[in-house]
Amino acid sequence: MQMSGYEFELAGRLDATFGALADPTRRAILAKLAVGEASVTELAAPFDMSQPAISKHLKVLERAGLISRGRDAQRRPCRIEARPLANALEWLERYRRLWEANFDRLDALLAETAEE
Amino acid sequence: MTVTTPSDREILITRVFAASQQRIFAAVTTPALIRRWLLGPDGWTMPVCEVDLRVGGSLRYLWRNEEDGREFGLHGTFREIVVPDRIVHVESFDDASMPGNTIVTTTLQAHGDTTTLMLSIEYESRELRDMAAASGMKDGIAASYDRLEANL
Repeated sequence: MQMSGYEFELAGRLDATFGALADPTRRAILAKLAVGEASVTELAAPFDMSQPAISKHLKVLERAGLISRGRDAQRRPCRIEARPLANALEWLERYRRLWEANFDRLDALLAETAEE
Repeated sequence: MTVTTPSDREILITRVFAASQQRIFAAVTTPALIRRWLLGPDGWTMPVCEVDLRVGGSLRYLWRNEEDGREFGLHGTFREIVVPDRIVHVESFDDASMPGNTIVTTTLQAHGDTTTLMLSIEYESRELRDMAAASGMKDGIAASYDRLEANL
């Protein structure tokens, strides 16, 4: 299949997005940022991890375009970037809708055949 | 039901059912039963459902939209069968222009009266996953059916 420039670019972003989301610490960081921006120190607090380790995760998230860093030199607060995440989640959401419909039907079939 | 991405090539869907492993295994491998639930969105039927349940055996699914006559097919090969715990198959779409060769692993785990079904959909390469996702962005509905077929 030939991909258009737009699709190719989108695919590249998805690649980075899914790679970034595959790690539980990074997902936890995103969950925290979903409620508001935070500094590295604030983000590191709930984890048993050094600030450099957290900073490494933040770099992955930043490269994937999932977060951005503020300009305040002291604090450099992190904030979540909605668009790339929304693209990836939209794709997953289609799986969810599809399989929810299938599995609800399977559930009903199992209940029905149990009575037979 | 939960949907997660354990790695950058894999999507994992987990659902708990109030039924035994054996009954669920039968429901996901017996054509007469598969045709009653593996239908995707409303309005689709499954006129073809063939399952040769042995390692190296093939599967073949065809869906039809009863309103507009559109058809959508996929075929696959079984790689591993452990009754009633685990099935691994590789599948692809009949339409060669549609990306999405995937390794589909169905795992059943019993917990008392309930059974957890885990469906892992793993793209053979990140490129395939990206192409499937990109084509899905262009035509969300088609992608849903791709995935549907990609899965069981």
